[in-house]
Amino acid sequence: MGGKEEMKPYRRPVPNTWWLERRSYFLFIVRELASVFVAAYSVFLLLVIYKLGQGPEAYEGMIELLRSPALIVFHLVVLAFAVYHSITWFNLTPKILVLFVGEVRVPPLLIAGAHYFAWLVLSALVAWVILRA
Amino acid sequence: MEKTMKLEIFRYRPDQEDQPRFQTYEVPFREDWVVLDAINYIKDEIDGTLSYRWSCRMGVCGSCGMMVNGIPKLTCATFLKDYYPDKIRVEPLTGFPVQRDLVIVMDDFIHKLREIKPWIIRREGEEKPIEGGEYLQTPAELEQYKQYSMCINCMLCYAACPVYALDNTFVGPAAIALAQRYNMDSRDQGRDQRQEIIASHEGIWECTFVGECSVVCPKAVDPAGAIQRSKVSSTIDWYKEVLIPWGGKKR
Repeated sequence: MGGKEEMKPYRRPVPNTWWLERRSYFLFIVRELASVFVAAYSVFLLLVIYKLGQGPEAYEGMIELLRSPALIVFHLVVLAFAVYHSITWFNLTPKILVLFVGEVRVPPLLIAGAHYFAWLVLSALVAWVILRA
Repeated sequence: MEKTMKLEIFRYRPDQEDQPRFQTYEVPFREDWVVLDAINYIKDEIDGTLSYRWSCRMGVCGSCGMMVNGIPKLTCATFLKDYYPDKIRVEPLTGFPVQRDLVIVMDDFIHKLREIKPWIIRREGEEKPIEGGEYLQTPAELEQYKQYSMCINCMLCYAACPVYALDNTFVGPAAIALAQRYNMDSRDQGRDQRQEIIASHEGIWECTFVGECSVVCPKAVDPAGAIQRSKVSSTIDWYKEVLIPWGGKKR
């Protein structure tokens, strides 16, 4: 019988397309990729604020630019990814936050539900601030 | 005519070939047969050279984990009827080197398991003498870690983890879940010792929360949940250390 040094274990290569091999892997990669769009939008928002600081004219120009079809498409794409990112993470929160009240575990649905509720309240608040004008 | 089924099996015989290949076997189809029964039939009746691991046949020993159509499964709990009449492809668990046929090299996992010290650790001088009796625990305290203690070391979670497949330095799902099992045990005082491995770069922070480890776990251990909870407590540790002058002291 051979010793350890005589063995030659075979290492299977991991293909670059591993994330296409299972649905769950693909959904995971989309969730990770979504953060790039969320980050891109944050940069864009900073740009808008920067323009606002440059005075009314620069800001008006920015607002005009925002009406262009390309930027509307950009916003829709970012919105879709941001919603996907938020939903997938909110659904995972019960795994991360395991709380006990006394000896009873807070039901997972309640943990996720609280996040959705907070999301709803904050969205309503933002909508109210913008739309009341 | 008797119903049959085809199994496409990963073969690698290092003494004869440098590259693995697939070999197809035809076995009788039985309603109550699991994939392991079919592989045992092949070994006994068709080809005695096939190598694989198995022992208990009832989902307790954790030896018969293999990839069944690309998904890590305990072959003793994977029924042929769920695949019939399609062909089943059986491969060794991914992420591990292959020793021979369906047998993987598990040294890396065993090493990591030891590294996280999966036993009850007491602080120096706080160990009770034998005459002192057992350390008592309430049912509620047991409930805190019981789920994580169900792990049978079958390594399906490692085979499901793309992070581990891409970077073998990752401590991995089962080892971290077991560290969590002892950390959350009211009788244990060894968390600081385990943190050196768990909170390192190769530990919990390598995990990107794909979550597939918990999906494939045959014992509902939920290693993904254990890792994320460990991330939360490590983050709290960090804040304590940075924000509270006396917070960094070892408990």
